[in-house]
Order: sequence, then C-alpha cells, then structure tokens
Amino acid sequence: MSTFLSQIANGLMFGSLIALIAIGYTMVYGIITLINFAHGEIFMVGAYGGLATLTYWVPTAVVAQWYFALPIALVAGALVAMLVAIAMERFAYRPLRNAPRLAPLITALGVSVALQEAVRVFYPGATAAIPFPPLFLDGAFVIPIGDGVVIRYTGVLLIVVSLALAFALERFVERTRLGRAMRATSQDRDVARLMGIDPDRVIVLTFAIGGALAGVAGVLYGSYLNNINIDMGFQNGIFAFTAAVLGGIGNIRGAVVGGLVIGLVRALGGQYLPGGTAYDYVWIFVVLIIVLVFRPQGFFGESERVRA
Amino acid sequence: MSESTELPPELEAPPEEVKAELADDMHIATGTREPILEAAGVTMQFGGLRALNEVTMSLKEGEVIGLIGPNGAGKTTFFNCLTGLYTPTSGAVTLRGKPMPQDPSRVTEAGVARTFQNIRLFPSMTAMENVLVGRHVRMKQGPVSSLLHGPRFRRSEAEARDRAEKLLAFVGLTRFSEELARNLPYGDQRRLEIARALATDPSVLLLDEPTAGMNAQETEATRQLIFAIRDLGVSVVVIEHDTKFIFTLCDRVLVLVQGELLVEGTPDEVRGDPRVVEAYLGAPPEEIEAQLHTTEGES
Repeated sequence: MSTFLSQIANGLMFGSLIALIAIGYTMVYGIITLINFAHGEIFMVGAYGGLATLTYWVPTAVVAQWYFALPIALVAGALVAMLVAIAMERFAYRPLRNAPRLAPLITALGVSVALQEAVRVFYPGATAAIPFPPLFLDGAFVIPIGDGVVIRYTGVLLIVVSLALAFALERFVERTRLGRAMRATSQDRDVARLMGIDPDRVIVLTFAIGGALAGVAGVLYGSYLNNINIDMGFQNGIFAFTAAVLGGIGNIRGAVVGGLVIGLVRALGGQYLPGGTAYDYVWIFVVLIIVLVFRPQGFFGESERVRA
Repeated sequence: MSESTELPPELEAPPEEVKAELADDMHIATGTREPILEAAGVTMQFGGLRALNEVTMSLKEGEVIGLIGPNGAGKTTFFNCLTGLYTPTSGAVTLRGKPMPQDPSRVTEAGVARTFQNIRLFPSMTAMENVLVGRHVRMKQGPVSSLLHGPRFRRSEAEARDRAEKLLAFVGLTRFSEELARNLPYGDQRRLEIARALATDPSVLLLDEPTAGMNAQETEATRQLIFAIRDLGVSVVVIEHDTKFIFTLCDRVLVLVQGELLVEGTPDEVRGDPRVVEAYLGAPPEEIEAQLHTTEGES
C-alpha cells in the first residue's frame, strides 16, 4: 500500500513537470498548427540558464539561502527560455509562416539539434551531466501509512508551482483581452486581424508564455533530480508531446491532464508492470494508442484549437 | 407578401432604452451629415481582369447606402478595398478626409467595421466572448495588470462586458450570451456578427449580404435592426441581392455592373431606370417592369 501511494506521489510530481512542458507544445500548435519539436530543448536551455545564473552571476552566499536561490533560478530560467523561444519564432519560424507545413516542421528538428549542440559546445562541462543544487528545503515528510510514504518537499514544490502556473494561464486565456485575442487568432486568423488583433504579436506572446513555462519546468527538474544533461530536453519533450496529444492538442487543460496521466502511468507501470522502469516509454505509448483508438481527438480535444 | 408581419418577440426591433444607452456610450453621431467614407475612382485589377473600374462613392454620416449588382459585379471586391483587405490598383479611399490605412487591423481602429457574406464568427467562443473580441481595439489592459487582475484590468474588463451586454440586448441575443457561437441558429449568427462589428465602435458599418438565407420575418427584423443602427449614428453600406430589401431600406442605391458604377440615385430613381432593369436583371424590360412594380407600395 505504501509503495502504491509513493508511486502515485512520484507520478504526480513527474506528471506536473511534463504538464508544464506540454502546455507550450499545445499552445503553439493551437495558434499556428506547428508541432514545435524544439520545445523540449527550450526546457533544457531553461535549466542551464537557471544554473548558469546561480553559478556565475549570483554570489555564493546568496545561493546558499534557498529562499533567494529558488526565485532567482526560476525567474532566470524562465527568462532565458522565453528569450530563446522568442528568438526561435522570430528567426526560424516567422520567415516560413506561409511556407508548406513540412518546412517549419523540419526547421523545428533543426532548431532542436542546434540548441543541443550550442549548449554542449558553449556551456562549460556540458559534455557530461552537471550537478544541480537543490533549491528547496532538502527534507521530506512521511505519511504514516504502512511502511510510511516519503514525500520530498521538492516534489511538493514541483506540483504546487506547476499547477499554480497552469491555473493562472487558464485564467489569462479565458478572461483577459490578450487571452481572448489568442483564442480568436487560433480560430480565424483573418477575422481576428479585422478585429484589430495583430497575429504576429499573438504568436510571439504564445511562444513567450510556452517558453517561460518550460524554463520554470527546467529549473524545477534540475532541483528535483540534482543533475541535468543536454539530453533532458529530448526525453522529456517526447513525454510532453505525448501528453499534449493525449489531452487533445491545442487544449491547455488537456495538456495538464495528459501530463499527469503520463506521470502516473510511468510511475505505476515502472513499479507493477513486467519489465519495470526499463519499459516506461512502452507503457506510455500503449496508453496513448489505446486512448487514440477510442478518442482520436484526445481527452479534451474538439475542432477548436486553443481552449483553456 | 405582407411586410407588416408581426415579429416574434425575439426578433423585435431593439428597445428604445437600449438604443439610447448605446448611442450614449458610442457617441458616434456628430450630426453634421458630412461625407464620412469616400471612394474616388477606385480601380482594382487582378492580372488581366478589371474587377472594379473607376468606382466613386460618397457616404454621408447617418446614411444607409445600398450596393446592388449581379453576381461577379465587383461588390465584395469593392468592400475589400474599403476595408483595406485589398489595395486598389488606382484611386483612393478616404475616411473623414484621411487616407484609409492599408492594414485591416488599423482600419478597424479608424472606425470601419464589416460583416461577411459567409458568416465568420469565432465558432468555439461564446456569443459574449465574440462581442468582447470586437472590443479588442478599444480596451486597454497591460500584461502585468491582466496577470495580477489589478484594478485597471478589472475596470476595463467590466466596461467591456457592460458594453457587450448592451450590444447583445440591442441585437436581441441576450438569452444566448453564454452559448457557443457555432450552436446559434443561422439568423442569430448573422445578428451576432453585427453585434461584434458594432463592438469596435465603428462610424461606418459594411454589411455583406446580411439577409442571405433568411426568411421574410428575419429579413424584416434585419431591416429594423439596420434602421436602429443608423439611429445610433453609424453610417451603413449594404450589399444585397434582394432588391426589394434594398429599395425599402436605403437612402441611396448604387448599381454595379461588371465593375462599373452604372447608376446611382434614390431607390425610386434606380428602380425606374431602364438601364438597371436591363443590365441588372438581364430580362425583357416589360417583364421586369411588371415584376418591380409588384414590389412597390409595400411596407
């Protein structure tokens, strides 16, 4: 029983991280119907950006206090990831706005490789995994069920931050002028323009939001696992993309639910299914296939694209 | 064909108090009857095809102008030139004497709004949200304030919602305000499109076939609605195939044939013009004459 509950907790922690990345996939798809395969790399760049800020720009004495280090790293990671995402849109995707759909898709793969290699070449020591400082209280509490369920504080932080950001984003998209402009653009770009909405600005905003969330996820990931490597974007990007499809691509709430489902499947599948954690990709894709057979549009999918 | 048909309550003309409040909020009318939207010698060439040839139009404040003509006469092309979707090959479009911006989003800001021949709402947003999107250019919300739901954000949001509610009441859609646009009945979708266009505070409203596919009752309701819109101080240009609708609605009628402005005048002048009868309807004049006269004296 305690093992089961521990795995549920692990699943939710990993799942909320994946959800945060998946939101970026789903929003970009909703606005410009592009699967931005470089989005996983934005997550990776965010982690390195946060780490670089702590390592090279902030005095050690400050970093030693988690209540300074954590917000600094989160904001820095979000900013770096956001700027890279905006630059990526501006220089890689915008010139191809009216090109056949395959062109930006291939470009996305290229951007992905370029970002990985850039970090490998320019970040000191990035050829191997780099240790990442714990940014939060380093303990855990124990729920006294069975042998005791151990819940790390960092994991709780991860869930709380992720869900709070997802909730704030949903409110933004549903209830503000810019949020409505995003949804209008995703449904009919020409008419949105006639309503005085500048689609370019909406697209930049979409990349910026997705990038910032991925950057936050990158820092949280580093702080949770205590080391980062340049492949983290690729691996988790695939999980996040799957989460977006599972939830119904284009749908923000779907991305969050999809992320949590994937986290739970990975944790429970790794524990109870034959093959264990070595097969976690397998179980996740089996679930994806089963869901898509019965509900090809995903959990929350409909003809509409961006909907909170 | 009695035009004085009793309209069902939901199609009745906008209530006077709603009209008065909206006119107050929008304060568009200056009461000058000056020309507001002018097209001078507008020519539109697509490759070898001259879709519009030297079309000139002057819309005065508070006026309703009708634009008729057979299919392919260039009516919608002309609308697209007026809203900045097309840049005329030659000629000029001016709004209150200033050149029309060439960017559709700026045209909206300058005060020209339109609806579409084939309805183009945001299908997965509610009626209310569609109208709120129409408020986009008139709303100010900083990104920070909207993230934190600060006081400035809440004020701007409340104002926009208040206006949207009035506009929905104006077109008689209050009961559908939380319904997704794609679920609305056809005629109501057209009315919602008008409400969304009015939300941009236009001084000129361009309606592209507002009664297409409507029954007699809905058509009559649309006529009442357009009169009410004129009373708000908005000047209106209407494209229609339904000549009877145009003749009973408009102050002036322009007839476009093959990209040329054939005749311009009051409904009576246009109706009686043999060139119109021949060119527009393309049938023996006597027959058409008879047909047209049956529509007189109604309404």
